[in-house]
Amino acid sequence: MLQTLPATIQLGLLYALMSLGVYITFRILNFPDLTVDGSFTTGGGIAAIMIIQGYNPWLALVGAFFGGLLAGLCTGLLHTKGKINGLLSGILMMIALHSINNRIMGTPNISLFRIETIFPSTSELKAHPHLVWVVFVCVALGVLVIKLLLDLFLHTDIGLALRATGDNDRMIRSFGANTDVTKIIGISLSNGLVALSGGLVAQSSGYADVYMGVGMIVIGLASVIIGEAIFGTRNVFFATMAAALGSVVYRIIVDLALRVRWLEASDLKMITAFIVIVALIVPAAQKSWRSSNTARKRALELNAEQNAAGGERHA
Amino acid sequence: MLEMRNVTKLFFPGTLDEKVALVDINLHLNAGDFVTIIGSNGAGKSTLMNIISGGLRPETGTVTINGTEVQSLSEHKRSEWIGRVFQDPMAGTAPNMTIEENLAIAYARGKSRGLRFGVTHRKRVFFREQLSLLGIGLENRLRAKVGQLSGGERQALSLLMATFTKPQILLLDEHTAALDPNRAELITRMTEKLVRELRLTTLMVTHNMEQAIRLGNRLIMMDRGRIILDFNEEEKKELTIEKLLQEFEKISGHKLSDDKMVFG
Repeated sequence: MLQTLPATIQLGLLYALMSLGVYITFRILNFPDLTVDGSFTTGGGIAAIMIIQGYNPWLALVGAFFGGLLAGLCTGLLHTKGKINGLLSGILMMIALHSINNRIMGTPNISLFRIETIFPSTSELKAHPHLVWVVFVCVALGVLVIKLLLDLFLHTDIGLALRATGDNDRMIRSFGANTDVTKIIGISLSNGLVALSGGLVAQSSGYADVYMGVGMIVIGLASVIIGEAIFGTRNVFFATMAAALGSVVYRIIVDLALRVRWLEASDLKMITAFIVIVALIVPAAQKSWRSSNTARKRALELNAEQNAAGGERHA
Repeated sequence: MLEMRNVTKLFFPGTLDEKVALVDINLHLNAGDFVTIIGSNGAGKSTLMNIISGGLRPETGTVTINGTEVQSLSEHKRSEWIGRVFQDPMAGTAPNMTIEENLAIAYARGKSRGLRFGVTHRKRVFFREQLSLLGIGLENRLRAKVGQLSGGERQALSLLMATFTKPQILLLDEHTAALDPNRAELITRMTEKLVRELRLTTLMVTHNMEQAIRLGNRLIMMDRGRIILDFNEEEKKELTIEKLLQEFEKISGHKLSDDKMVFG
């Protein structure tokens, strides 16, 4: 467990960009965008095919990011201009992207074995063992920089309008923001980050597969919710940190779960769904339990006051 | 300043539920006018507001603001000229954002939104100064989330956000109706002060007859989608609630009824 912990954390950090993307749609724009399942693969596929064709692996990441941006743009247009429900727009794009991803990749999977990616190869790692730590620090710093850039963006005039769109769209329209535009910007940026994450994961694991994005939205939701439960959301800085670190915690939980003897790797999706269900039910149940408790206490107090007053009158 | 010509609005046209909301409305407001609007339920007061703000499009007729025809412009485009406060204290602010962020959103009205910081040090100084004019201590809570404020505080903030960029037209849609009497009075006083100091052209829907007579320089009464009474400043000075009710019954042929109407 301890030996593999750095690798688990690093993987969680690569997926953290995906959960930051999910945070933008799920928490800021207030709907879960299922495009993520498709756009994660789009990112992985674009990165893999570009690398195979000899492009610089960093350029491949830029390509992945823009591929995701474009996918998000389509979902955003369906949702705003096509006036299709957000959830359904996402599903439609997810299905369409499945075919598109096949076209992009040409084959169901692409191996990057023995091909240069942004990560050092196994032989390089053998020659310089300390590279593992260099990579780890670089990934952590890279994710931190992207998180901070997102924080800054969410504090600009556009960013404020984007946040207000999910919070009170009638209000932000009355102050002159076009909510169609802010939604499209949010969904595009979200899927750009998701695809960037897909590109990184493909490079780190050494392959891209058309099914690599299946269930990704649920993993993203799980990460965001776990992060929020642990780190809180008192402001944007904490909320994005929670989304990013939630992804790391999720990977650690999965790693632990898979060590349980009677669980198999194929149970992963079920475990993920279970985590999301628990994370959604527990806070809601806690809240209603707390409020009914307060109400009962208050009622008892009032009864006591009433009795005391009645007693005085009789006396 | 504001000109409405032959404006008609239908809801559910051609169905059994067809409802005529406004019929051939003609209304002209001069710059600086403060007009109060009263009328029964379903008289068309809110529809009138929504036609001006762009929330609804009229079937026929034109709406002109400062010489520009706006009836086919979308709500967010018109907001450059129009400030608005809604009845629901929740409607005018973003609850999960801070007071200063809400003010920054309002401050960007009519400007193009770019990648500059929404809240800067300079703006914060300005926001604090503006908030202190409300006199309810919000200037010390710039970083509090608006969702933590009371209904009255939120409505005061909404009012400030709607006015401090000096819009051409201010629309107030029963903006004190959801508050308790003390809070409502406070917000009414703030409204009077802001409208006077900024010389805003204002349309205010109210269900409070006393308020409708006391505030502003013109009073309009609506019934069944029409403007049936229009008192100018001189006539309004002579007006009492009894006179107003008598006039209403004489012209409309039925009693004024509004389940929220306050007569005193």
